[in-house]
Amino acid sequence: MSPSQNSDARRISLRAFAPHLLALPLWAVLGVFLAVPILMIVMVSFLDYDDAGLIYTFVLDNYRDQLGSAVLWRTYFHTIQFAVLVWALTLSIGFTVAYFLAFHVRTQLWQMVLFQLCAIPFLTSNIIRMISWIPTLGRNGLLNQALAASGVIDKPLEWLLFSDFAIVLAFVHLYTLFMVVPIFNTMMRIDRSLIEAARDAGAGFWDVLRNVIIPLSLPGIAIGTIFVVTLVMGDFVTVRMMGGGQSASVGLMMSNSIGLLQYPTAAAQAMVLLITVLLMVAAILRVVDIRKEL
Amino acid sequence: MTSAITRRRALKSAAAGIGLAAGSGALTGFPTIWAQNIKNITLRQFGTGVSGQNPIAAKVKQDLGFTLNMTVLDTDAAAQRARTQPNSYDIADIEYFIVKKVFPAGVLQPMDTRKLKNFDKIVPLFITGKLTPDSVIAQGTAPHTVGFVEGKDSLKFAKKPTEWFTMVPTIYNADTLGIRPDLVGRPITQWKDLVDPAFKGKASILNIPSIGIMDAAMVCESLGVIKYADKGNMTKAEIDKTIGKLIEFKKAGQFRAFWKSFDESVNLMTSGEVIIQSMWSPAVAAVRSKGIACTYQPLKEGYRSWGGGLGLAKHLKGLELDAAYEYINWYLSGWVGAYLNRQGYYSAVLDTAKQFMKPEEWAFWMEGKPAAIDITAPDGTLMEKKGAVRDGGSFYERMGHVACWNSVMDEDKYMVQKWNEFIAA
Repeated sequence: MSPSQNSDARRISLRAFAPHLLALPLWAVLGVFLAVPILMIVMVSFLDYDDAGLIYTFVLDNYRDQLGSAVLWRTYFHTIQFAVLVWALTLSIGFTVAYFLAFHVRTQLWQMVLFQLCAIPFLTSNIIRMISWIPTLGRNGLLNQALAASGVIDKPLEWLLFSDFAIVLAFVHLYTLFMVVPIFNTMMRIDRSLIEAARDAGAGFWDVLRNVIIPLSLPGIAIGTIFVVTLVMGDFVTVRMMGGGQSASVGLMMSNSIGLLQYPTAAAQAMVLLITVLLMVAAILRVVDIRKEL
Repeated sequence: MTSAITRRRALKSAAAGIGLAAGSGALTGFPTIWAQNIKNITLRQFGTGVSGQNPIAAKVKQDLGFTLNMTVLDTDAAAQRARTQPNSYDIADIEYFIVKKVFPAGVLQPMDTRKLKNFDKIVPLFITGKLTPDSVIAQGTAPHTVGFVEGKDSLKFAKKPTEWFTMVPTIYNADTLGIRPDLVGRPITQWKDLVDPAFKGKASILNIPSIGIMDAAMVCESLGVIKYADKGNMTKAEIDKTIGKLIEFKKAGQFRAFWKSFDESVNLMTSGEVIIQSMWSPAVAAVRSKGIACTYQPLKEGYRSWGGGLGLAKHLKGLELDAAYEYINWYLSGWVGAYLNRQGYYSAVLDTAKQFMKPEEWAFWMEGKPAAIDITAPDGTLMEKKGAVRDGGSFYERMGHVACWNSVMDEDKYMVQKWNEFIAA
């Protein structure tokens, strides 16, 4: 064996091994901060508990109690309702905004300026943006005062605040950007000559939209959808603040259990939610191949 | 005769105060080195906003020389911290009903009452459960039932007073409904007024299950729909019935919102979203300080009461443990007591607190007399104008009408499930 052969062999084995080495830090981070915590949640969700703490026996009660309760199903139904409604609204608003930015604004400079403008509210905290709705929508809030002053209403509208309306409004306000960004991104990659070709072939505005732009924007729509759906499914702060604590969501239910030190129940609730959301994401990915985007 | 005793006590307390100010070394007879070391000590305390107030920490630094770090959490988060992160704190400033859940987990160490200088002056409510010898013990997790354990290493609550405290009591109060007298339009006299259809869409109840259920029970009992054997320890059937009633009211649109933190209740009240609700006394004061009328309305059926105290973390030992005892003795020696009394709470040792309050302040806060001077909060802001009378009257009138204490039930797990049902309904 000549020295050069030997070093070649070593180089090859190193080269084969290199990608794994490079991926190692990521694996370590994901392992420590994602896999281990989830495994612990899985473990705790099967434990029993009492006032003094966890009891290390394997029980299915935590799952049985909640899957058997009508409240859980009702709460899931309610939360999914929110998710669907918010998704539909953010999608239509987000798509329109992205379309405007991508196809109507001609210069790249203005595209970037307007795009940044969309992001400016996000420099403040999520909670602040949400809370600012409260004095706006309240019984004696800005909107009611304005409506009363202009004579449109003679009694304040009660359903504006602490209602499902307020919750959906806040969600849409908070999450529309998560739709705008990925859709805008995919739209920018659409080859303009395709649109010209469609026009040359006699397609009108709606034909172009339906047959060219929407199909090519699907990966962006799918990514936006995943963002919005997972955020809404797991939310508890918005529901609590805007619903005045009167409305339930899966996240709020969990936070109540945690607040009362009922960790196994909360863990089981978390597992059920995780599985539900993963199924939803899997369904979205089946419909749209987002790898095209990447 | 009585006045002579009071004066003697006053002198004693004053002497103690001077002793503390002069340096803890002199008072406790520790060597000088201790007095120097103690400056480097930092005690980490967490608790709810009621007593987690920075002026207390500043005064500790000034009087005792060591540093007290305070973390303020909401009720639920405090219970979690106590239970799950026992090494993250040295002193737990928590409520008695939380102690019932937390102490058996072995995260706190029993406190030697012989080391507490003012132990014999602590309000008997926390020792025997009786405010005066002939009072009836209220329902719920009364502090004295979880106030003692059987021994130095015991996790078992003692049936009667022992030498081992689970926590030293520091602060307590009697809670009731807060109202906007300008908007309710009629006298409010009973708990059931919370669910009067006249206040439809303008009422609120707090969404902390273990406390909210008690307010709900007070309402149901006042309505005459349920008679509880013990509101603080309901049977499953009683829980079902109570939550059933709550759901009925919620579906009828009685409630505007539910609140979870102190400031939420203040905002609901000041904005006029809500005109009658469960409330805590400093929240009422906060609404008033904005120039909005708010009454902490005494009700026929009595108050829902709560008590808090300081517990020692299990891991404390040596110099830090000594410092913690020093801190607790200081806490009961009057300055903090007066500070808390002036905010409408009650301190566990009344005699010492009295020495730190003006006679007019004492008469207003504790004796229920009309204010002879303008009453100011500890930070100097005006709380009540001359001539005002405290809602509910004197200490004995308020604490003597406690119907139940905040509690943890045997059916706690079930109650929370049901409470979630109410919120989701």
